[in-house]
Amino acid sequence: MSTMTKPSYEVVIGLEVHAQLLTRSKMFCGCAATFGAAPNSQTCPVCQGMPGVLPVVNRRAVEFGIKTALAFDCRVNPACRFARKHYYYPDMPKNYQISQYEEPLAEDGLLEIEVDGTSRTIGIQRLHLEEDVGKLLHEGTLETAQASLVDYNRSGVPLMETVSKPDLRSPGEAAAYLRAFRAVLVYLGVCDGNMEEGSLRCDANVSLRPRGAAELGTKVEIKNMNSFRNVQRALEFEVERQAKALGAGERIVQETRLWDAERGYTRSMRSKEFAHDYRYFPEPDLVPLEISRAWVDAIRAGLPELPRARRQRFVTQYGLPPYDAGVLTQARALAEYHEQATAALKRAAPSLTLSQAAKSTSNWIMSELLHVLPADDEAAIREAKITPSRLAGLLKLIENGTISGKIAKDVFQKMFASGEDAQAIVAREGLVQVADESALAAVIDQVIAENPKALEDYRKGKTAAKGAFVGQIMKATQGKANPAMVNRLLEEKLSKI
Amino acid sequence: MPIHELTSAYRRGETTPTAATEAYLARIAKLDGELGAYLTVTREHALRAAADADARYRAGTPLGPLDGAPLAYKDVLCTRGVTTTCGSRMLERFVPPYDATVIARLAAAGAVMLGKGNMDEFAMGSSTEHSAFKPTRNPWDLARVPGGSSGGPAAAVAAGLAAGGLGTDTGGSIRQPAAFCGVVGLKPTYGRVSRYGLVAFGSSLDHIGPFARDVTDAALLLRAIAGADPRDSTCLPAPVPDYAAGLPQGLKGLRLGLPDEYFIDGMDPEIDRAVRAAVDVVRGLGATVERVSLPATPHALATYYVIAPAEASSNLARYDGVKYGLRVPGARDLVEMSSRTRAAGFGAEVKRRIMLGTYVLSAGYHEAYYGRAQKVRTLVRRDFDAAFGRVDLIVAPMTPNVAFKHGEKEDPLAMYLNDVFAVPADMTGLPAISVPCGFSVQGLPIGLQFIGKALDEAGVLRAAYAYEQATPWHTRKPALP
Repeated sequence: MSTMTKPSYEVVIGLEVHAQLLTRSKMFCGCAATFGAAPNSQTCPVCQGMPGVLPVVNRRAVEFGIKTALAFDCRVNPACRFARKHYYYPDMPKNYQISQYEEPLAEDGLLEIEVDGTSRTIGIQRLHLEEDVGKLLHEGTLETAQASLVDYNRSGVPLMETVSKPDLRSPGEAAAYLRAFRAVLVYLGVCDGNMEEGSLRCDANVSLRPRGAAELGTKVEIKNMNSFRNVQRALEFEVERQAKALGAGERIVQETRLWDAERGYTRSMRSKEFAHDYRYFPEPDLVPLEISRAWVDAIRAGLPELPRARRQRFVTQYGLPPYDAGVLTQARALAEYHEQATAALKRAAPSLTLSQAAKSTSNWIMSELLHVLPADDEAAIREAKITPSRLAGLLKLIENGTISGKIAKDVFQKMFASGEDAQAIVAREGLVQVADESALAAVIDQVIAENPKALEDYRKGKTAAKGAFVGQIMKATQGKANPAMVNRLLEEKLSKI
Repeated sequence: MPIHELTSAYRRGETTPTAATEAYLARIAKLDGELGAYLTVTREHALRAAADADARYRAGTPLGPLDGAPLAYKDVLCTRGVTTTCGSRMLERFVPPYDATVIARLAAAGAVMLGKGNMDEFAMGSSTEHSAFKPTRNPWDLARVPGGSSGGPAAAVAAGLAAGGLGTDTGGSIRQPAAFCGVVGLKPTYGRVSRYGLVAFGSSLDHIGPFARDVTDAALLLRAIAGADPRDSTCLPAPVPDYAAGLPQGLKGLRLGLPDEYFIDGMDPEIDRAVRAAVDVVRGLGATVERVSLPATPHALATYYVIAPAEASSNLARYDGVKYGLRVPGARDLVEMSSRTRAAGFGAEVKRRIMLGTYVLSAGYHEAYYGRAQKVRTLVRRDFDAAFGRVDLIVAPMTPNVAFKHGEKEDPLAMYLNDVFAVPADMTGLPAISVPCGFSVQGLPIGLQFIGKALDEAGVLRAAYAYEQATPWHTRKPALP
C-alpha cells in the first residue's frame, strides 16, 4: 500500500459524513424530500428562503438522528440547538444554512471497523442535523454557460452530519469506516446510502505526523469523493502527496483540496486565509430542542439488529464461518436475503440441518449472486428476480439429486435473467440428472470403448486419465449425469478391465 | 371612531362596512398625499372584503367585534398577492404568495385591509424617514416625524386614515410611534403572536402588535392575532384570554414600580412632568406605586445595537438578486450581481446595520460583542425578574422626547437614543404598551408605558385602560381637515 512507502510518518484521517435522511418531508418544511422530481416542483416559501417565513423542525428527522446516535453508542444530549452557518452561495436560498454548532444532537460515539482481519474502534466526535442546499444547473459547462439555474428541490432536505475522531490511520481504514458506517445507516433505514446520487457524502481531514509524535500535523480537507473507491484513491493520493512534501522538507499548507477522480489527483480549492468565517449564532427562529429520556428510550427499544450483532448471530445461530457471516451481513438486504433463502431451503429440504442449509445458501450467494450483483446495492438485491425462495428451490434440486451443481450454475444464470422457478427451467430444458444405473453404465462402456488411448494411459498408472473419462461422460450426457454415480460406476468398470 | 364603536354601529345598522371603508378610502385619497402613511392602498381588496362583511351584518351573522374594521398593516407583514416592500427598493416589486399568520387571522375575523403602511426600511429607524419611498409626516405637526419604524400605520390611525392597524416592534417600533402620534401601541410578549410572514429584522426581538385609537381596540386586535401557530416554533401555546372582558377590573390593589433609570439627564422636562402626573392618576385609581431599580437599563440600548444588527446581517443575507426582489442587471458574474444588487437595493441605515452585525459576529470579535451582548441581555432580564418579585407592573415614560422635526436627528446615535426606554421590553420579550398621557406645550403627544410580566398582556391592558378611562387624552384628535 502506498501509505507504507513512507514508514516514517503516521497517517491521521478524520471523516465527516453527510447523510440525507429518508424522511418523507424536508427538515424545516412540509415539502417532499424525494429525489428526482422536476426542478423546483418540491419547494415552498420556507425552503426557497422567502422573506418572513420560519423553519419548523421535522420530528422524524430528529428521531432518525437519535436512532443513528444510539446505533453508534453516542450520548444523546438532553437539549440541543440549531445555529445559523453563514456563507453566500446561490444554491442556499437564505445564504445561511440551519445547522448545529456548539450544541449538537449527540456526541462521543464509536464504530468498530475491520481491516485485514484486525478490528479497531474508531471514535465518533459528534452527530448533528442540518438542511441540505439546492443544486445549480449550468447550460453546458460552468465556464461557458451564459446563466445558471437553481433547483431548490434538494434545499431543506434533512442532512445528518457525523464527524469521526482523527482515529483512522490509513486510507484503507477510512474506506472501511465509511462502509461500516453506511451499513449501519442502511440497517437503520435512515439513509439509502447511495454515494453516487449524493445521499451519502464524505469529506476527509488528512494529516501526517512523524511516527510517535503526539501533536497532529497540519491538516488538509479533501472534498468531492463520491464513491468508496474514490475515497480510498483520493486519500492514498493525498497521503502520498503530503509524505513527499514532508520528505522534501516542505510544509503542509492548511487548505481545502478537491479530488479530481478523472485525473486522479487532489487540487487546492481554497487556503486557510480564504476560509469562510461562518459567523455562527444560535438560530433565533427555533427554540432549543429538548430530547426527553423517555423518547430516547423508546427509540432505543425499537432499534433493529445492527451489522455487528447480526454477524455474531449468523455465526452462532447458523454455524457459519465468520468470513461468510461478515460478507453476508455487510448490507441489510443481503443479510435478509440469506436468512430468507436459508429458511425456505430448510422448509423445502427438511433433511438438511439449519447449518447445512445456511452454508449452502451462503456458498451460492457468495459465489453466484455476488458475482452478478454488488453486495451493497440494497435495491438490486431486494429486487433480484432470483428471489430467496427461488434460490432455495434451486438448491433443493441439487440436494435431492435432480440436477448437478454444474447444471445448477447455468440454471441460476437463467433464473437471474428471467425470474423463473428452477423447476420450470429444469423441466423445460430436460436438465434432470441422469441417475439411472443401466443407462449410465451403457454410456460409460461406450466412452471407454471410444478412448483406447486413455484406457492405455490408465492402465500404465496415470490415474489422471480417469478425469478424462469423467469429462467425456459428462459431455455425452450434456452434464446431466449424477457425478457421484459416474465416479462409482467408472471405478467399478475400470477395476474390472 | 374606535373599532369597537364602529362595529357596534354596523350591528345597529347605523352604517355599513362598505360605507366606512369608502369613507376611509376617501380620507386617504384626500390626506395621504401629504401624510405619506401608506405605501400601497388596496382599494379593490378593501371594498371586496367590506362587501363580504356587509352581507354578514345583513344576515345577522358578523364574525365578531372586528368584522368590517378597516385597518392599515405595516408593509413588513406579508400579504398574499399584495406588494410587500419593507420600505425597501430591494423588495419594491415583491409580491408574497402567502399571508402572514396575523394577516390571515385578521382576515378570518372579518377585518378589511385598507393598505400597507409606510416604514423605515426593513424596520430600521425611529422616524420613518428611512423609507426608501417617502417619509411619513406626523399628523399633529407635519414638520415632524411620526416616529418609527412603524410610522405609517401609527400616523394612519392617528389621522383617521385607518380604524386600527398592525405594526412591529424590534426596538420600540410600535410604542415609540404610538407615543409620537398619540395613539395606543401594544407590544405583546415575545411568542404571544406568531411571526410567520413578518419579514425578519432581528428575529429574537421582532414582535407584532396593534395600533389602536383606544385600549379596548388594542385588546380586541391582540386577541384576534395571538395564540399558537404551527408555522412559528417560537410562538407560545398558552391560551389566549378575552382581553377586552378583563379591562374593567381596574387598578385597585395593583402594585406598580417606577424605575429610577427611566428618568434620565437630557430628558424632556415636559415628559417628566406628564409621566409623574400620570403616576399620580394611577395612584388615585387605587394602585400603589413604588420606586424600583433596573440597573442594567443604561446598557440595554448598546446591547440592542449589537444583537439586532447581528441578526439583521443574517436575515438580510437572502436578498442577493438570485431568487426574488431586486436584481441589478449587467453583472458579469455572481459576486458582481449580488454586490450591485445589495449596493443599489439597500439604503444607508440598512447597510450600516448589516456591516455592524457582520462585524460583531466575525471570528475574533464574536465573543467580545455578540457573546457579551447576550450576557447583558440576561442581566436586563434579571432586573425585571427581580422587580416583578415586588411589583405587578412597571410604569415608565415611553420616550425621552416628543416627536422631532424631519432631518433633525441626522446623527444615527442621536436617533438610536429615542428608543432608550423602549428597548428593554424588546430585549426581555415582556409585554408593554404605550398610551397617550398628555401633550407638550406645542401640542405634541406624550406616551406613558406600562411593562408587564411575561404573558401578562391582560395586566398591561387593564392598567392602560383604567388610566385611559380616567383621562381625556385619547379623545383628542389632530387638527387635520
